[in-house]
Amino acid sequence: MTNIGWSGFAISLLLVAIAIGVSLWKQLGLERSIAWAALRAGVQLFAIGLLLQVLLRPGVSMLWAWLWVIVMVVVASFTVRQRAPEVPGLLQLALVAFGCSAVLTLGVLFGLGVFQLSVRTLIPLAGLMIGNSLAATVLVGRRLVEELRDKRDEIEARLALGQPANVAAKPYVRGALRTALIPQIETTKAVGLVVLPGAMTGLILAGASPLNAVRVQAAVMYLVLGSVATTTTVIALGVQHRLFTQDHRLLQVKSTSSGR
Amino acid sequence: MAVDDRLRLEDACGSVPRDGVTALIGPSGSGKSTLLRCCNRLEVPTAGRVLYGGEDVATLDPLKLRRKVGMVFQRPTPFPGTVRENLQIAEPSISEVDAVSVLERVGLDASFLDRMATELSGGEAQRVCLARTLATLPEVVLMDEVTSSVDPAQRLGLEGLARSLVSTGVTVLWVTHDLDQMRRVADHVLVVIDGHINHAAHPSTVEQGAPESVRAFLAGETQ
Repeated sequence: MTNIGWSGFAISLLLVAIAIGVSLWKQLGLERSIAWAALRAGVQLFAIGLLLQVLLRPGVSMLWAWLWVIVMVVVASFTVRQRAPEVPGLLQLALVAFGCSAVLTLGVLFGLGVFQLSVRTLIPLAGLMIGNSLAATVLVGRRLVEELRDKRDEIEARLALGQPANVAAKPYVRGALRTALIPQIETTKAVGLVVLPGAMTGLILAGASPLNAVRVQAAVMYLVLGSVATTTTVIALGVQHRLFTQDHRLLQVKSTSSGR
Repeated sequence: MAVDDRLRLEDACGSVPRDGVTALIGPSGSGKSTLLRCCNRLEVPTAGRVLYGGEDVATLDPLKLRRKVGMVFQRPTPFPGTVRENLQIAEPSISEVDAVSVLERVGLDASFLDRMATELSGGEAQRVCLARTLATLPEVVLMDEVTSSVDPAQRLGLEGLARSLVSTGVTVLWVTHDLDQMRRVADHVLVVIDGHINHAAHPSTVEQGAPESVRAFLAGETQ
């Protein structure tokens, strides 16, 4: 198993120094941001590492792992809301979206025996599922709100023809979902061609056989694809539900006053 | 009623006759479009009622109401796709014969069916939007400043279309702030100022018996 030790960790900080050096050389003004990001990443990872060391001890209850998953869902939902403040009700929608995704994707992986359920498998897989769905979840919400705001005239023209809200909204929901899903589809298509992905790399570095590492990586890619599809659909349908009334009117969609 | 926390209409009382073109005229921001949108429930009044054929529109199925009370908007809104596909969105079961017929009603020939709707000129696109609305066989057509984004030549054509609709038994409610247009198009006039329906009259005698605010608006428009 690969163990870089504290000396290896310290030497790897040279790479951060290289990034800071480039910023100074090109006068980018990002030295402090790079240093802060590296420090935060280090502190956060070590904190998580310490927590995981406790949780992964033999005999620790699975309840703690499930609690960790719930905390990840809640934190992710707040993050999504923070990144897309213009999307109404996004916190609640994100909670539902990540919750549904967790039930569906982890249900398949553990319920059908792809992985054996344990603290060691649940936490990383749930983390991968939630973490890799964040960007798409934000994107679909923002994109759909943008469409419903910018294409209001077109949508109201559809409503005025007697189309129900879900039919009038369909082209725009479809467009937002495609925009959110396509990047993950492209990433899935390119995996292994351009770059060796993280799970597989980590397993190989830890001494796993490449074939086993590849199978796990493939399962992880499919997990993320399924999760992205689920979370984006829940968000899109939820936003549609919030922005149209029961009597098929489009509510006013506020402009964003602050970006990311 | 309030929209975006701003009072758009207040104590607006009036009636639209079944026959002919009724013009809703008034300065920009007076509440004309809001009033129009209340007629097909794209807006819902915070107080008061809109009656259609004696029935409160709030009690009617909004989807069926909108098929009977169609609307053409200020800015042409052709949907992506061909003109034929636009008509099919309005009426999925529309036949080729009916599609040609509805285009002819708005002064477009059958060759328009295969043209991309978003590539048409402003006037042509607005005619397609009207054809789309007519495909639902409405009893009423609400026209919200439909000539404001088209050139003068197309403007007269659209005004003529509104008059021709009336001759086929369709009621037209026409929003404008242009007095000359009102006189060309309308059989009846409702004047809307500051969210109130201040005056109802025939176009040729709209100044007679009008309140001060209406006469001030009319004088401002005719200068």
